[in-house]
Amino acid sequence: MSERTTSMDAAVKDRLSGGRATAAPARGGQARIELSGLVKSFAGPNGPIRAVRGVDVSIAAGETVALLGPNGAGKSTTIDMLLGLLAPDAGTVTVFGRSPSDAVAQGAVGAMLQTGALIKDLSVRELVTMIASLYPAPLEVEAVLELTGASEFAGQRTNKLSGGQTQRVRSAVALVSDPELLVLDEPTAAMDVEGRHLFWTTMRGFAARGKTVLFATHYLEEADAYADRAVLMAHGRIVADGPTNEIKAMVGTRTIRATLPGVERDALAALPGVGGVERRGEAVALSCTDSDAAIRALLASYPAARDIEIAAAGLEQAFLELTGDGAGGTGGP
Amino acid sequence: MNPLVYTRYELLRTLRNRRFFLLSLGFPLILFFTIAGPQRDNHNFGGTGIPAPVYYMIGLASFGTMSAMLSSGARIASERAVGWNRQLRITPLSPRNYFRAKVLTAYMMALLSLAALYLAGASLGVSLTAGEWLQMTGLMLVGLIPLAALGIWLGHMLTPESIGPAMGGGISLLALLGGTWFPIASHGFLHDVAQLLPSYWLVQASHVALGGHAWPARGWIVIAVWTIVLSRLSARAYRKDTGRV
Repeated sequence: MSERTTSMDAAVKDRLSGGRATAAPARGGQARIELSGLVKSFAGPNGPIRAVRGVDVSIAAGETVALLGPNGAGKSTTIDMLLGLLAPDAGTVTVFGRSPSDAVAQGAVGAMLQTGALIKDLSVRELVTMIASLYPAPLEVEAVLELTGASEFAGQRTNKLSGGQTQRVRSAVALVSDPELLVLDEPTAAMDVEGRHLFWTTMRGFAARGKTVLFATHYLEEADAYADRAVLMAHGRIVADGPTNEIKAMVGTRTIRATLPGVERDALAALPGVGGVERRGEAVALSCTDSDAAIRALLASYPAARDIEIAAAGLEQAFLELTGDGAGGTGGP
Repeated sequence: MNPLVYTRYELLRTLRNRRFFLLSLGFPLILFFTIAGPQRDNHNFGGTGIPAPVYYMIGLASFGTMSAMLSSGARIASERAVGWNRQLRITPLSPRNYFRAKVLTAYMMALLSLAALYLAGASLGVSLTAGEWLQMTGLMLVGLIPLAALGIWLGHMLTPESIGPAMGGGISLLALLGGTWFPIASHGFLHDVAQLLPSYWLVQASHVALGGHAWPARGWIVIAVWTIVLSRLSARAYRKDTGRV
């Protein structure tokens, strides 16, 4: 997990220079996506599994929102209800003032679902053309293939593609309709670093056109880099909702561990970027709000520090702290 | 928005799946030549007064077309298994256009299968008038409507693993009780059961074209009832089938 985080960080940073997509102004009160009071349970072997236990989210047109949470938090179930693929047990969903199925029927929604392969016996270009033909105002197929990095293998049959190529085609399928709302359910799970880079560059360009994007992820870094706002889910509930930098400060702590004898606790706590200090014998653990600043300051002030380790607190851990319970969190399938 | 593009690519996909295509068309042909070949000079098959090649051409035409109709269900089941069904559900593709594409692909395979068997029949000396060919084909196409709905229904209910045995068993049973392999006695329990099956009327469709009489009212009613029931079932299965498989 921490290795993955580090490589993601590197990939993410050079894109930050591109600046974040600015949200388009909301087009009146109707131009929102409203999930209110959503509840959904599934039958399980040991009684009902309460996948979603009361979700309220309101998203303005043009926002890019990350739905952040560990596996089993209820993200996919929430997304299925947003797309009209699943009927909620209670609560309502409106997409720009319409029901999900109306929004889908009018071609306002594009999505890349978490699981999904492509059908066989068509070329990539034919498949994307077929999907485009179902929409009232699709984008140019060639342009979308170009944009998603699929044009170099557009003539190949879909069953001859690598995993990364398949993901590119899936993103082309989601984008070709030029939807108002784009929903991505853990889209980069099967992508390599290069694929992620291209994918997010494409999605950022799409969002910059005033489109609304909602993506589920369990990578805090993705939420931080690409979303204006993050909604945190755990155990089927929303545990935090706010600008990504605030959310990051809440859950994005890293811990620096080092062996450092004879330094006062208070002195360490005063270092920039350090939120809390724990000492056990000669070992210290600094929980940091900004680990980069903290490690620089630590080494500058105490060059004797050794055995240094920096670790990201897992989202799971952060969520457990936020929700204040470790109990019974069974999520959706 | 042009729903015909979707249908066109569905047809293209079916034609390109070479293994599916050759097996669907080839198997009834092999059966026909194996069974009817040695009996090509039997002009009074089972006392029916019908030449054996004609009887088997007709029987296998119903077998081949039923297989073709139901195999569309197998294709649906595998699309569902990879999550494609859910991807389609978030497009504006209407159920009506979806069903149309599926039914047309099934009929395309059925028609190709029929054509292949007619040619095979002709090669064993089957000769009918143009009117007979047409009437027989027309009635069979009507008799296949419930099978198209059955294919879609099974496709949305079953997984790729379970649809194989379901189809194999279903087709064997329908073919057996419909009179594909041997003539159904003209009275008795088996006859009564057979008359309630669409496959019986498929086989009868071709008998009718052999100078017999058109389907009696009972035939039309049986086909209509099966069509209504199975279309309802398949529409309901399609509506409910939005979950992860």
